[in-house]
Amino acid sequence: MSTLLDDRTEARARKLATAPIAVSLSGVSKTFRLPHQRYSTLKERALHPFRSRTFDELRAVQDVNLDIRQGEFFGIVGRNGSGKSTLLKCLAGIYSADTGTVTVSGRLAPFIELGVGLNGDLTARDNVMINAVLLGLSRQQAKERFEDIIAFAELEDFLDLKLKNYSSGMTVRLAFSVSVQVDADVLLVDEVLAVGDAAFQQKCFEQFQRLKDQGKTIILVTHDMAAVERFCDRAMLIEKGEVLSIGDPHDISRAYNELNFGRLQHEGVERGRSGDHAAAEIVEAWFESGGERVGALAQGEHLEIAMRVRFHDTVENPIFGFALRNEMGHTVFATSSALRNLETGTFHAGDQTVVRVGVEHRFAPSLYKLTPSVARAGAGADALDMREDLTQVMLHATVTSGGLIDPEHTFEVERG
Amino acid sequence: MTTVATRAPSARMNDPRRLLSLAWTLAYTDWKLRFYGSVLGYVWTLARPFAFFGVIYFVFTEIVNLGAGVRFYAPYILFSMVLFQFFGEITTQSLTSLVHRENLLRKMRFPRLVIPLAVVITALLNLSMTLVAVLIFAVIAGVTPHWGWFELPLLIVLLCMFASGVGMVLSVLFIRYRDIQPIWEVFAQMLFYASPILYVATSVPEAYQRPYVANPLAAIFTEVRHAMLDPTAAGAAEAIGGWPRLLIPLGIIFGCFALGIWAFRREAPRIAEHL
Repeated sequence: MSTLLDDRTEARARKLATAPIAVSLSGVSKTFRLPHQRYSTLKERALHPFRSRTFDELRAVQDVNLDIRQGEFFGIVGRNGSGKSTLLKCLAGIYSADTGTVTVSGRLAPFIELGVGLNGDLTARDNVMINAVLLGLSRQQAKERFEDIIAFAELEDFLDLKLKNYSSGMTVRLAFSVSVQVDADVLLVDEVLAVGDAAFQQKCFEQFQRLKDQGKTIILVTHDMAAVERFCDRAMLIEKGEVLSIGDPHDISRAYNELNFGRLQHEGVERGRSGDHAAAEIVEAWFESGGERVGALAQGEHLEIAMRVRFHDTVENPIFGFALRNEMGHTVFATSSALRNLETGTFHAGDQTVVRVGVEHRFAPSLYKLTPSVARAGAGADALDMREDLTQVMLHATVTSGGLIDPEHTFEVERG
Repeated sequence: MTTVATRAPSARMNDPRRLLSLAWTLAYTDWKLRFYGSVLGYVWTLARPFAFFGVIYFVFTEIVNLGAGVRFYAPYILFSMVLFQFFGEITTQSLTSLVHRENLLRKMRFPRLVIPLAVVITALLNLSMTLVAVLIFAVIAGVTPHWGWFELPLLIVLLCMFASGVGMVLSVLFIRYRDIQPIWEVFAQMLFYASPILYVATSVPEAYQRPYVANPLAAIFTEVRHAMLDPTAAGAAEAIGGWPRLLIPLGIIFGCFALGIWAFRREAPRIAEHL
């Protein structure tokens, strides 16, 4: 990374640290009551007036304390059903919080989703006007900004087409273009970046950058960790209604990935076994990090690949090997004791050994499958046991580069 | 920069201009959509009351002869039918309005009162268009325009308050109890025959007439007849037996309106989560 960029980030961080607080939540909780038996008709209510009304409580948001400073780009991430949207609705004032207070300085955009109130039976022209008024512009302002809106959406040729004949991408473009015209100091955005084609996404990103430069406070709810890292100054991870952590976007997106992948049990589906595994047998293979077996790991951490081998006969200098394949089936990493010219020694019947390989996780994010092998030394490398795709690990990263591996590297631009 | 604590959207919030421009936008859109793509457009608004009126008029003058001795019986039926249709439109549309606008309510913060207000505005737009035709019909039928006509806006305001009050109560009830809709349909049907629409209030037997006019619709329609069509016919005050008694239908109207506002304001902050 260039130092120029770091300087800018630092300057921004310094500026933000002293900025006044724009949005403040203290002790915000929201609980929904889910009745076991819902009386949705008057008849039922009248027929069973004394039937006890039992219900479950769903604690959608629990005791959230949060201060967002003016001009900050703040990300809220969490898995489905974690309470992100409920929190956003409490913030937007669509739900009332059960306890706690939400304080917002400045004008808060009244919507949390794009395209609220668009009507398929009306033309784009009518829809722009209606939508603009719904989102808080006056009719006069809406008229003045009409040209800008249409130009930004690049829909000049389709003005008099009914919206139901628009493609979904076009509709989203229209909706986004209207919403960025809204005068608000605090914007709430719920999942927006996943739509539109690449060119329009780029435009959205640029618009975000502009809003950021204008000092607007933006709160973004998303699953897109790349967007979080790219835009957010800070982020928050929420799970089961509780705030797990608030902090640096990079740490938060890593924590998010761990939350997602950490729960999956990565028992591989063994694809095939070669060798008669009479003399030596691979009992199990696994991944380790920090002394613990893991099913998922974040980029940049130390990864250990291990297998346990049991011998049923005497084997001299066996060759232990590992191969790591990604989802596409490419072998991205392979090593063996023979390649490293390692003397492994002599094993006898009943012996057991654990073989470990340590490697920095610099792989592209993917699901990796491990094929451990034991072979007899000598020409021909006669396989004693090889278990294809015996186990697997989810290696995740917060940013996808597109390369197969992401090694540490330097990057310089020199003039002349 | 002002500091505001965001609370859940109340019924009104504190910006009347936004309330009105939002309500107008929603109402106008709905009204426009109603005739979108239909060639006859405006004619369809008139088709329903006039077609219904034609049948009713034939049956009740030629077959049952209910209108005997009533001056301007035909324009009266038309007037009361159009006004009842207005009442019916506001109440039934209000009933489903919150559920119908679910998408907006769950995704946006805006004064909740916009929703019933938009229903009323749409109904007023429709009414004003049909009223033009009804007035023309009345003049053709021989009614001479006179000063009494200026009473009509006031009567419409009262009718509007009554209808929107009932409508707001129904709309919040409908969120909880979905069978309110058929219940109200039956009730509206009963109200149609229990109100002087196909006949006039003064033809109700003397013994029942006073309590009968306590029904706000009966009082309003009777007054419309007096003010618009036949100044010699009894007005609402005469039919109910004196001015002070008019307080009963008026009380019901204002009571319903107040109840509607109260119920709506009470539920407004939680509408989004109960939908």
